[in-house]
Amino acid sequence: MGVKAEWPLYEVFVRSKRGLNHVHVGSLHAPDDAMALRHARDVYTRRNEGVSIWVVRSDAITASSPDEKDPLFAPSGDKVYRHPTFYDIPDDVPHL
Amino acid sequence: MSIHTHHEGEHESAYDVGLLGNDAHWAFGTSFEDPLAGVDTTVPDGVDPGTLAAYSLMLGDDALVLSHRLSEWCSRAPDLEEDIALANIALDLLGQARLLLARAAAADPTLVPALPTGSPVPAEDALAFFRGDRELRNVRMAELPNGDFAETVTRVLLLSVQRLAVLQRLSRSRDAVLAAVAAKGVKEVTYHRDFAGRWFLTLAQGTEESHRRLVAALAGLMPWWDELFTTHPVEAEAAAAGVGVDPATVRAEADLVLDHLLATSGVERPQVRPRAGVRVDGQPRTGRDGVHTEALSRMLAEMQSVARAHPLGRW
Repeated sequence: MGVKAEWPLYEVFVRSKRGLNHVHVGSLHAPDDAMALRHARDVYTRRNEGVSIWVVRSDAITASSPDEKDPLFAPSGDKVYRHPTFYDIPDDVPHL
Repeated sequence: MSIHTHHEGEHESAYDVGLLGNDAHWAFGTSFEDPLAGVDTTVPDGVDPGTLAAYSLMLGDDALVLSHRLSEWCSRAPDLEEDIALANIALDLLGQARLLLARAAAADPTLVPALPTGSPVPAEDALAFFRGDRELRNVRMAELPNGDFAETVTRVLLLSVQRLAVLQRLSRSRDAVLAAVAAKGVKEVTYHRDFAGRWFLTLAQGTEESHRRLVAALAGLMPWWDELFTTHPVEAEAAAAGVGVDPATVRAEADLVLDHLLATSGVERPQVRPRAGVRVDGQPRTGRDGVHTEALSRMLAEMQSVARAHPLGRW
């Protein structure tokens, strides 16, 4: 083949049997969306890790920049009252 | 398959019922499913154990030989993703082969090659690694040397189309073991067919070069298509006894599936003459008779060399 074009990059999210959310597990290359899903199945769920997969092209994700770290995240650092740490949690409420 | 050890209240596993030796040391995860849990391994009434064993060998050898050809791609596929995908398919088929060869050995222990006293080699491994090419019963398409990626995609497609159609019917076998192995295999081969079909379409409609390679691969493989649907006497007997599937009965369905994919891909079915069998005593013999291409003996020489050099080895 003459020109070896790189396949687009995809991000992979897998929902495990135990978890409730799809969790980012890694990335891979694929020629299109359908093949990306199959690649994700082959690469990331071969040890019984998942019951559902999402794939999305990496260039479709809008991400925050490390440069914005302070304005985005520092302001919440001292808002201790936003955490429910001033309540007594009853023993029979396990997942709060 | 389930590799966990027996706990009270659980179904019996393939290991507990004695079909496979216990290899619990391979298990690192949890919640594996055992395809043979609670399955009755006695040969059904009125079924000749020799026929059941010979039939199991045929299906097992198809899987074993294709599995090995696919494993030859390991570290050589076009991309990491494809490398793992082909290895996964190879492992699925190896799992099917293991159960089918174990089924053959249990039904007819005289089939299992004799090994030195004290050899720890289980029966299914003895069948895989200590039979010569004349004793293997796979169709010849499975054994052909690997070509390019398009050739492997096309070969997996053709063999999966046939195998899926057979396994779907075999899941209603009177033999509980074959039925269970088939039910497990249907899920696996459905994926193999889907994977290969998608790649077939992608290559057909990709570049001029990928299209050219795909058409060449199809033209090279189609002469071996007929053999997949040619009934061997063992298959006819197994079908008559209600334990096997006559491959001729899935031909129409397989052609329909293939033609649909060809039409979607914009590829014409090549007009090729079916590859004839080799005449032995005036009769045309093919892979199901143990008459193979020379590629199989070369493949086995590599595949079996370590096991044959160390028949007393423990792995």
